[in-house]
Amino acid sequence: MAEFKQADSLYEWFDQRLGIDKFVKVMMTEYWIPKNINFLWAMGVLLTVMFTILLVSGIFLLMYYKPDMNMAFDSVNYTIMQEVGYGWLFRHIHAVGASVVFLIIYIHMFTGIYYGSYKKGRELIWISGMLLFVLFSAEGFSGYMLPWGQMSYWAAYVITEIFGGIPVIGGDLVVWIRGNFYVSDSTLTRFFMLHVLLIPMAILGAIVVHFYALRFPHVNNEEGEFFDFDKEADKYLAGDKKGSKVVPFWPVFLSKDFFVLGFFLLFFFYLTFFHYDFAMDPVNFDKADGLKTPAHIYPEWYFLWSYEVLRGFFFEIAGVSGKSLGLIAFAIANAIFFVMPWLDRSPMVKPANQRPYFKYWFWFLIADLIVLTVYGKLPPTGANAWVGFVSSMTFLVLFIALPFITKAEAKKVGGK
Amino acid sequence: MKELKILAVIATLVGITYYGIEPYAHHVMHPEVKAADFTFSDLKNVDTKLAGNVTNGQVLVEANCIACHAIEKAGHPAMMPNADAAASYGVVPPDLSHAGRMYDKNYLANFIFDPVSAMHLSHKYPVGGTKTFPMPSYNWMTGQEIMDVVAYLQSISPKVKEGSEANKASFEAACGRCHSMKYGQLEATTPVDTIKTYMGATPPDLSQYIKSRGEHYLHGFINDPQVLLAGTSMPRVGLNEKAQEEVIAYMEETGDRKKAEREATGINVMIYTFIFAMLAYLWKRKIWSEVH
Repeated sequence: MAEFKQADSLYEWFDQRLGIDKFVKVMMTEYWIPKNINFLWAMGVLLTVMFTILLVSGIFLLMYYKPDMNMAFDSVNYTIMQEVGYGWLFRHIHAVGASVVFLIIYIHMFTGIYYGSYKKGRELIWISGMLLFVLFSAEGFSGYMLPWGQMSYWAAYVITEIFGGIPVIGGDLVVWIRGNFYVSDSTLTRFFMLHVLLIPMAILGAIVVHFYALRFPHVNNEEGEFFDFDKEADKYLAGDKKGSKVVPFWPVFLSKDFFVLGFFLLFFFYLTFFHYDFAMDPVNFDKADGLKTPAHIYPEWYFLWSYEVLRGFFFEIAGVSGKSLGLIAFAIANAIFFVMPWLDRSPMVKPANQRPYFKYWFWFLIADLIVLTVYGKLPPTGANAWVGFVSSMTFLVLFIALPFITKAEAKKVGGK
Repeated sequence: MKELKILAVIATLVGITYYGIEPYAHHVMHPEVKAADFTFSDLKNVDTKLAGNVTNGQVLVEANCIACHAIEKAGHPAMMPNADAAASYGVVPPDLSHAGRMYDKNYLANFIFDPVSAMHLSHKYPVGGTKTFPMPSYNWMTGQEIMDVVAYLQSISPKVKEGSEANKASFEAACGRCHSMKYGQLEATTPVDTIKTYMGATPPDLSQYIKSRGEHYLHGFINDPQVLLAGTSMPRVGLNEKAQEEVIAYMEETGDRKKAEREATGINVMIYTFIFAMLAYLWKRKIWSEVH
């Protein structure tokens, strides 16, 4: 054991035992971030803050929420929204926050794709990030059921039904997920457990892995430039702050993030107080009724694009039913982003607009995802069904084509 | 400059997506229907220009109406308890105390003449069908007599203090015989089993209808349910515009009780956040001036 001398102050007492000085250096003041970045690099901190806001508001809601199919609806809409002091505030923050967090996740994710921040050593940052996306999706889906409104019920019904399409085990799997033959009290209580315990724990773990995965490959920068971080850090510490290509996480990087965060929160609170319908669907203010199907069933906006890929295949092709094709396409859509680092065969780490072929692919993908999202909400009838089919096919074709496009790009730029 | 360009690109993409999934999708799923008509201009059986005689109206009401209807404000109590009345008629007959204040004059006159056509319920009570509406048509009365009845009902209608009191009174009189309002501690005066048989389905509790349907929908729906929900057994009740606004106001007071608090808090939170954002901006400028 190390020798301890008498501490002169309380700070020193703790420092001897916890190594505070060293910890702060490693985590904050000497954790180096490239200087050449824009506000898109603040999305990680925004997400951390949003997750904290969701966690805290969720804890407050948990004190009054009742996970029981006879009490859930009133515990949310009466007890929390009307009786508990500022209960409505926590509910609004939680519901709108859950929607807005996905907006930031998508911006974060497509920033990564645009700047090629998933390759050349950054693969695990990308994969842990995608894992977080999946976990947040599960968290969003399980949470949406808890108010026990009509859309909670029927979205849960439709989405759990999807698993029924899996060959052999499908039927049993649906019953296993629901805990009953239909969406019922047992479904609500298990989704409650998932929402407040298992998934949040998994998210916390995945966040730690995601942050740690950043440590060695370092954060990417606006030009995709690779440089010696140690050398640049020494330069900074020696006093050449303007000449160095890096800045410390605290206070320099975070000062910019706080500024971005401030304006983001202004937008977030505007939505929370004055424009919350998009996140709190009116249909969900009708209590769940298993005998009364709503005219239109749709998931929350952030699931619409993959939902549309599922619905896009509405007719049989080569003896395979539309339902099966949709399910296969849906499975691909949800898994394909994980392997981005290997589908992109070009060694270039550059913003998409500086890459001769990839730029077209990128903007095509964004356009296709927007079309999928919009048509994922509209009733799938007439021409809408065909738009859904074409945009779903486009999505798949884009990813099949990606290795070839990027291979050709690699050849063109000659391995740069 | 570059950062503003990036922001503009993101704002555009988010804006297009938002437009598609909110206003546009809403427009596709809920097409605009014809506007609410508070003159009930389709009803033309009675000449409402005739000036009614209150004294004669009272005679007619006492001879024709109070066998079934209570008029508490004029000293005619209900003939039997609600449950018994509901069992006899299918639904508790309305107390007519507020009728003159709440119902449109043209609607009221034509309702007395022929209730089913005024309510737009001929699909439920077709001529020659097996079901008949509990109240008979008074089409044997002259137009003058009907207008006398209307004038009398208007004359006895109590003055209600504007605001919460009127809102609640209007809701109870217009909706409360069939609909409950759990969050306002109001239970439908017709027992639930009876009303279910009478209407074909249990009329929904309206506690959260201000949120699930919204003011715009309610405005059109209450005025004429058939326009937005063809075939529904809910009658057109004939509220005048003021009474309908009171009903909707009551639904908002009960279903969205914290609206005022929410809006006031919202402004304060946004001012606070704006100050935070400005301070953060100044701090960022200071810190980054050392590294740029």
